Amino acid sequence: MTTWLASLGAWTIGAVALLGHAARFFLRLCAALPAACLRPRLIVDQLHFIGNRSLSIIGVSGLFVGFVLGLQGYYTLQRYGSAEALGLLVALSLVRELGPVVAALLFAGRAGTSLTAEVGLMKAGEQLAAMEMMAVDPVARILAPRFIAALIAMPLLAAMFSAIGILGGWAVGVGLIGVDAGAFWSQMQAGVDVFKDVGNGVIKSAVFGVICGFIALYVGHESQPTPEGVARATTTTVVASSLAVLGFDFILTALMFGAT
Amino acid sequence: MLWRDPVKSNRWIDVMVGGFVLLGLAALLFLALKAANLGSFSSGPAYEARARFDNIGGLKVRAPVKSAGVVVGRVASIGFDDKTYQAVVSLSLDERYRFPKDSTVKILTSGLLGEQYLGIEAGVEDKMIGAGETIAMTQSAVVLENLISQFLYSKAADGGKKE
Repeated sequence: MTTWLASLGAWTIGAVALLGHAARFFLRLCAALPAACLRPRLIVDQLHFIGNRSLSIIGVSGLFVGFVLGLQGYYTLQRYGSAEALGLLVALSLVRELGPVVAALLFAGRAGTSLTAEVGLMKAGEQLAAMEMMAVDPVARILAPRFIAALIAMPLLAAMFSAIGILGGWAVGVGLIGVDAGAFWSQMQAGVDVFKDVGNGVIKSAVFGVICGFIALYVGHESQPTPEGVARATTTTVVASSLAVLGFDFILTALMFGAT
Repeated sequence: MLWRDPVKSNRWIDVMVGGFVLLGLAALLFLALKAANLGSFSSGPAYEARARFDNIGGLKVRAPVKSAGVVVGRVASIGFDDKTYQAVVSLSLDERYRFPKDSTVKILTSGLLGEQYLGIEAGVEDKMIGAGETIAMTQSAVVLENLISQFLYSKAADGGKKE
């Protein structure tokens, strides 16, 4: 009984300590952001690494998610004789939920892991320690530009995902099935609000960018400086980012759309 | 990555990142303009008119106001007057379109179970509705429950006569 209690207590203390440590790291990262903004060169390099290299997976996934939404949405809607609402269904589900969430999950897998591995290997190779020896703050020089790049890239990637998905839904719905093109677009435009739907989607994806970027960098920075440690850290990044994105998505959805 | 020719690679990366950001902004623009029709009607100059209804049914703020099927405005706000127990709907109508004073405003439904919208049927008078004026002639929403109960009552009354 006491051992059980002790393990519960140890787990709780460990969890709180981890939370506090992560929060302090987050504040340190935020404090280093202005310094990083003075070096746009580093941010641009990271944008290329994080953003451009994620384009293909985001584009292809968005296209196929749009295809599938078009097919499945039509199947359900035509039972109720409202196949014209297909555009609205595709656009709303992409802009509000699927765009930000799926793009964030892909982003965590594609860019988050590489950030973790990069930072983890820098730590294992004692590059971060060497920088500190030279009075260069590794948080400002290495981590903050990556964080800013993730924050910028995520909303753009999510918007591309949604836009390509809508085009995919249009290709299947209008091109393949033969839903009326005018009704497809007009229903969509009548039902999608710029600020309430598109704007909240952008806010969501920016939050997901913060989450994915922070978790990837934190886990990489705190990884064990061994090959196994880096491997474990990469796995942790994917699992933790995905769960955090899904959890925060529920909270954000409840806050944004729950009242209406 | 560190051992590439710095001048050439920097320029190339700049171009690539510029393309990436441009693509992202284009996607946002597409979502705002094509998927959500920003500015197609919301930003034009408009004037307000009011109408009172006994029952507005399921009318919502931002519902379209149509005349002859063309969208000419939106519902700006819906309020309740506790003196007359009527709903006060203010309409934001496009500056380009003017309607005679004796026009009728109806609450209509698109399709059997669709969204409700306002329909304006133009009158014949020469004077036009100005900003802030109240449109006198209105027709309330058709509430399906009332229709059904009326139908049932009339059926019951008919049945009573026959027996």
